[in-house]
Amino acid sequence: MCRIINHPIVEREERKNVTIYVDGKKLEAKEGEMIAAALLANNIHTFRYTKKQREPRGIFCGIGQCNDCVMIVDGVPNTRTCVTPVRDGMVITTQKGLGKIGDHNAL
Amino acid sequence: MLYDVLIVGGGPAGLGAAINAAKAGASVLLLDENHLLGGQLFKQIHKFFGSQDHYAGWRGIDIGQKLLREAAEAGVKIKLNSRVVGCLEDGLISVYEEQTGKLIGYKSKKVILAVGAKENAVSFPGWTLPGVMTAGAAQTFANVHGVLPGKKILVIGSGNVGLIVSYQLTQAGADIVAIVDALPGISGYGVHASKVSRLGIPFYLKHTISRASGEDRVQSAEIVQIDKSFDPIPGTEKQFKVDTVLLAVGLSPKVELATMLGCDFHYEPRLGGHTILHDKNMETSVKGVYVCGDLAGVEEASTALEEGRLAGVAAAESLGYLEPSQALRLKKDIWKNLNELRKGTFGEARRDAKEHLLTMLKEVGSGRVV
Amino acid sequence: MFHDVGSKGYISLEELKAKEDYPTVERLEKGPIAIIECLQDIPCNPCQDACPVGAIKFSQQDITGIPLLDQEACLGCKKCISSCPGQAIFVVDYSFSEELGTLTFPYEYLPLPQEGAELPGVSREGKEVCPVTVVKVEQRPNLNKTALVTIAVPKEYLEIVRFIKYRRDGVSNE
Ligand SMILES: Cc1cc2nc3c(=O)[nH]c(=O)nc-3n(C[C@H](O)[C@H](O)[C@H](O)COP(=O)(O)OP(=O)(O)OC[C@H]3O[C@@H](n4cnc5c(N)ncnc54)[C@H](O)[C@@H]3O)c2cc1C
Ligand code: SF4
Ligand code: SF4
Ligand code: FES
Repeated sequence: MCRIINHPIVEREERKNVTIYVDGKKLEAKEGEMIAAALLANNIHTFRYTKKQREPRGIFCGIGQCNDCVMIVDGVPNTRTCVTPVRDGMVITTQKGLGKIGDHNAL
Repeated sequence: MLYDVLIVGGGPAGLGAAINAAKAGASVLLLDENHLLGGQLFKQIHKFFGSQDHYAGWRGIDIGQKLLREAAEAGVKIKLNSRVVGCLEDGLISVYEEQTGKLIGYKSKKVILAVGAKENAVSFPGWTLPGVMTAGAAQTFANVHGVLPGKKILVIGSGNVGLIVSYQLTQAGADIVAIVDALPGISGYGVHASKVSRLGIPFYLKHTISRASGEDRVQSAEIVQIDKSFDPIPGTEKQFKVDTVLLAVGLSPKVELATMLGCDFHYEPRLGGHTILHDKNMETSVKGVYVCGDLAGVEEASTALEEGRLAGVAAAESLGYLEPSQALRLKKDIWKNLNELRKGTFGEARRDAKEHLLTMLKEVGSGRVV
Repeated sequence: MFHDVGSKGYISLEELKAKEDYPTVERLEKGPIAIIECLQDIPCNPCQDACPVGAIKFSQQDITGIPLLDQEACLGCKKCISSCPGQAIFVVDYSFSEELGTLTFPYEYLPLPQEGAELPGVSREGKEVCPVTVVKVEQRPNLNKTALVTIAVPKEYLEIVRFIKYRRDGVSNE
């Protein structure tokens, strides 16, 4: 787990847990946090594979600029996970290539 | 609705502009693509330099909170999740609304651009592996989202961003194995460097990263010494077992929107590269369009805030909300603050570059009229 | 201009002692006093505002100057430590006991060290120097989250030790 529990400077309010499904696995996330944060907290670092070379990609800019972190979220491919908050019951899938609409290859 | 002033970007520069324009009586719309305001400020959990006039000793996050309160009190209208994508005919600013997926046009008498800067990258074998990211990304995850992006981290770049982010990640519980820089000297402040040295973090100067390796994620990184012409010296390679490599190799102003609006720019490496030209009031070559903060040359949060205030005052003045004498008094204070912040060995280069930029602008209104 | 700190990452004792305001041996022996380890002309002066007796002056009129300590005026009250965004101010006290002096330094980590704990003291470079004992840990709202840690250090190492070995959640700086 890489959640920062006790920080000397930043105080964080307790947030409710929600459930997300990542490649079919049930995982815990914090209400309102970004998908990418929830994945890193669950030790997931590879978010997609590129179209041609099948290379892994993860977080790069962290603020919605580079598109490296895109995944299929509730059936919508190319969703930037670093700027999209989680929702209880959200279905998230590692994207391979450009992704197809409605691509729930995990379910 | 026709706003007096439309501001793009709600970092310290945009907030400063919004507060000062609204306080003078202008109707202000502040747009930001993010889901919260503050720009880089909410990542900056350390105490700031400066004097009392520049919130010295305050942490960036606390300055951010204060500016948000002031903006709300001044009656600034705020729209989040709204990315300005360009400019339509008739000077309409077009905004993509994330939630609705709609493109909306806004019209205003004055436009202030405060979109900040983007982080530079360097490429090397393995640089696209998960685990290689910008220093700002790690700072966002650790300080804003409360999640550590990695545990054993190599940092590339010894400027203030590299030094501050290294320190902050240790506060969050990570281990920085080394800080690497191609230059022979540490480019950030000595006091920041001293803070990380005390933790036993070594500096590798005249070194660069030669590769990052791993299966689905970084598992190791290699650095190598470089000679005077920045070529690697064979046999000097060193390996580190790390899961993360951070790139803190400089910032460049996000000039795209301003150039789309027709603002003239100039290449000024001391301010981060292509920089939008402006006059003493932050007005660009396009009349009625102002720039401030990192977009007008990469400096610091404190200078960004002052430049924003300046643009806000100038825009309000040109709309008749401030008497020239009143405006001049406000502007003089801001100019004085900016001068103070640009003194000393580190600030002088920025001040000279800024002064050079002022001479480059032919005149306000000389650019393409939109 | 950039001193050793620009090439090594930390100030060397030689350049610190070469600074005109470095306290004399007599003054050091008298009692607590601030050591300001800030040698670059950055635009910054909260230390000056924090000092109740005006013991910190600047080498220039404006805030970019280098802070200079008036060693006779300084009370060693520690008020300037947490005001300094650069965490560059320490207070040393050679009058603590026969063999030991104390060092107070700013600390922004959790967990805070326990009073009475024996820990490795480290140098400006982060190298282990000698064991030190935590004498006092201060955390108050007006310190704005910068705790003040005071450790007892054998006098011969008091100008060398500047921090304690940092360790957290099994992550160490080794
Ligand atoms: C990672 C990083 C770390 C830094 N650390 C420090 C530091 O520790 N101390 C320091 O003094 N300086 C630091 N800086 C330097 C920086 O100069 C200032 O901190 C300051 O934040 C710049 O203010 P700004 O308002 O110009 O830009 P920003 O704070 O970057 O704000 C720009 C805002 O514009 C918004 N935006 C951008 N494009 C659009 C668009 N098209 N439509 C709508 N909104 C848009 C963004 O969401 C953002 O909120 C850092 C910069 C970065 C990138
Ligand atoms: S220790 Fe007290 S008296 Fe001495 S410089 Fe600091 S604030 Fe002033
Ligand atoms: S507050 Fe700290 S960093 Fe600032 S001038 Fe004083 S000693 Fe130097
Ligand atoms: S990491 Fe760059 S867009 Fe998400």
